[in-house]
Amino acid sequence: MSVLKIKDVSKIFPNGTTAVDSFSLDVADGELVCLLGPSGSGKSTLLRMVGGFETPTSGLMTIDGEDITNVPPEKRPTGMVFQSHALWTHMNVFKNLAFGLKLRKVAAPEIKRRVEGVLELVGLGGYGTRAVTQLSGGQQQRVALARSLVLEPKILLLDEPFASLDQHLRERLREEVRDIQQRLKITTLFVTHGQDEALSMADRIVVMRDGKTEQIDRPDVVYREPQTPFVAGFIGTMNLIEGVVSNGVFSKAGYSTPLPVSDGPAILAVRPEALDLTASTTGQGKVHRVTDYGTHGLVDLELKDGTRVKAMVSHPDLFQPGQGVSLAPRAIAAYRDGKVIHRTSAVAPAPHPALVDA
Amino acid sequence: MAATLAYRKLDWTGIVLAAVLTLVIVLPLVVVGTWAFTNVWRYPSVIPQEFGLRFWNQTLARADVWSSISMSLTLSFTVTALSAAICLPAAYAFARLDFPGRNLLFFSFLAGHAFPKFGLLVAIAGIFLQLNLIGTFWGVVLIQLVGTLLFMIWIPVAAFQAVDRRMEEAARDVGASPFRVFWSITLPQAGPTIAAAILLSFVGTFYETEGAWLIGAPQVRTLPVLMISFINNQPVIQYGAVLSVLLWVPSFIALLFARKVVNSGSFARGFGG
Repeated sequence: MSVLKIKDVSKIFPNGTTAVDSFSLDVADGELVCLLGPSGSGKSTLLRMVGGFETPTSGLMTIDGEDITNVPPEKRPTGMVFQSHALWTHMNVFKNLAFGLKLRKVAAPEIKRRVEGVLELVGLGGYGTRAVTQLSGGQQQRVALARSLVLEPKILLLDEPFASLDQHLRERLREEVRDIQQRLKITTLFVTHGQDEALSMADRIVVMRDGKTEQIDRPDVVYREPQTPFVAGFIGTMNLIEGVVSNGVFSKAGYSTPLPVSDGPAILAVRPEALDLTASTTGQGKVHRVTDYGTHGLVDLELKDGTRVKAMVSHPDLFQPGQGVSLAPRAIAAYRDGKVIHRTSAVAPAPHPALVDA
Repeated sequence: MAATLAYRKLDWTGIVLAAVLTLVIVLPLVVVGTWAFTNVWRYPSVIPQEFGLRFWNQTLARADVWSSISMSLTLSFTVTALSAAICLPAAYAFARLDFPGRNLLFFSFLAGHAFPKFGLLVAIAGIFLQLNLIGTFWGVVLIQLVGTLLFMIWIPVAAFQAVDRRMEEAARDVGASPFRVFWSITLPQAGPTIAAAILLSFVGTFYETEGAWLIGAPQVRTLPVLMISFINNQPVIQYGAVLSVLLWVPSFIALLFARKVVNSGSFARGFGG
């Protein structure tokens, strides 16, 4: 039952780089919030500040109303899982989990009970006597998660915990972690640069760029209604076409479409799955490549000036390279000066898993 | 496998080099070892006329031998313990913290080994004379402490640097104070390499002669100092040989210990290999 509040937190490193720039976020009780962004966006620094491993240059952080801004990590009610799992290799699994409980002076039978319970929870019952180095990558990460969970932290912090695992294992573990998190109703802050992880696990996603928030929303909203061209381009696949609007018509290299905004430059955003193609000899674009994924096809096409656009089609065999096509977007958004200025009300279909992973 | 080995061409250059090296290292040891167990050995005989433990009995019957053994052990333990207490936290600071003058200070430990040692010792002896440290136990401790600094700083620094910082952070995260992290995580992680450093300084201190002689003589007599005076003042070779063989004991124990505690990579890692 814990609430994390971050208010106007900044981190400027001694060398002058601003890693986090007046960032604010409230994480509700039992909520899982993903910090998503490219490397260097400040998401890890932010998580490390919540964990107590970096001191904010300014700002305030509270857990359940208690100021933790300058509390050292050992006194914080947070539990962190590191990317490199950071298990202590000179202790076996049981001792790794028991270390924190021993520091809290928990009685030995109680330690045994709790460690065995949490090992059961992460699916490693009976692994207590194993050496850490004998475990597989996935098992090590589960032990690392168990090490944090056994102390029942108020806030669970996950720093790209699956980054070093292979794709298959990553997908399985993120489901398991999500299940455990929901079962324990533990407030969680999760850092990742993988959008598939964020979209599949988070209650809310914070898209970060250069230490600032680009957008905070539910995953489906971030995907369907990105507020900035950066978010549009970062989540899923998005065609971003830079062009000019004149008299309510957007045009770019022979392609034009109505766009009811004031005159000036604009970026047109169209998802591949919201772009219909029809074969036409006087087409606005030319097919460059067709890729058949089995469940669907992806057509790469070129506008007259060489701008690449992707479109998802259900019958890829209808298109050949060199063929002329016309573009008919079903849903579009337009951006100017980094802000959304227009969005068609038509709802785009749900994100296709293959595209989200791309 | 066996067949391939049998047919493989023998590397004669390698064998000759190995044989020469072994001879150069082992031959003096064999000669000294033989002398220690010799009662009579006169020119021109190649092997001694009479083997025996006569000189062992005579040497071990001497009070100054026993007092020098206990002096050497006490000195080595004291110096190693003090050195560990001073150098390990310092090494941790060098490995983990950044402070002004860090690199200069770090390389200054090399200075004691970069110049002819005896000249340095004479200069230090001059200072110790004014401080009334000449001929005292703690004077020798101090001078031998200086000799251990290089090993006890440089090797542990490399060992501490090799410890994953995330492991330390994870320990802070579950509630360990910085000191507890050092004690329960960093030290055990760096353990084998640090054991190697401690071993090196113990053995190095045990065999250290110039400092102990210049600062300690004549009141403080360590085993190597006694051996030198035996070799210089006694017409009988065997006294020196017996003490020399006695001095092998700590190296052998250290080597056996090293094989158990130190895995093969640790020494190399300690030197940045």
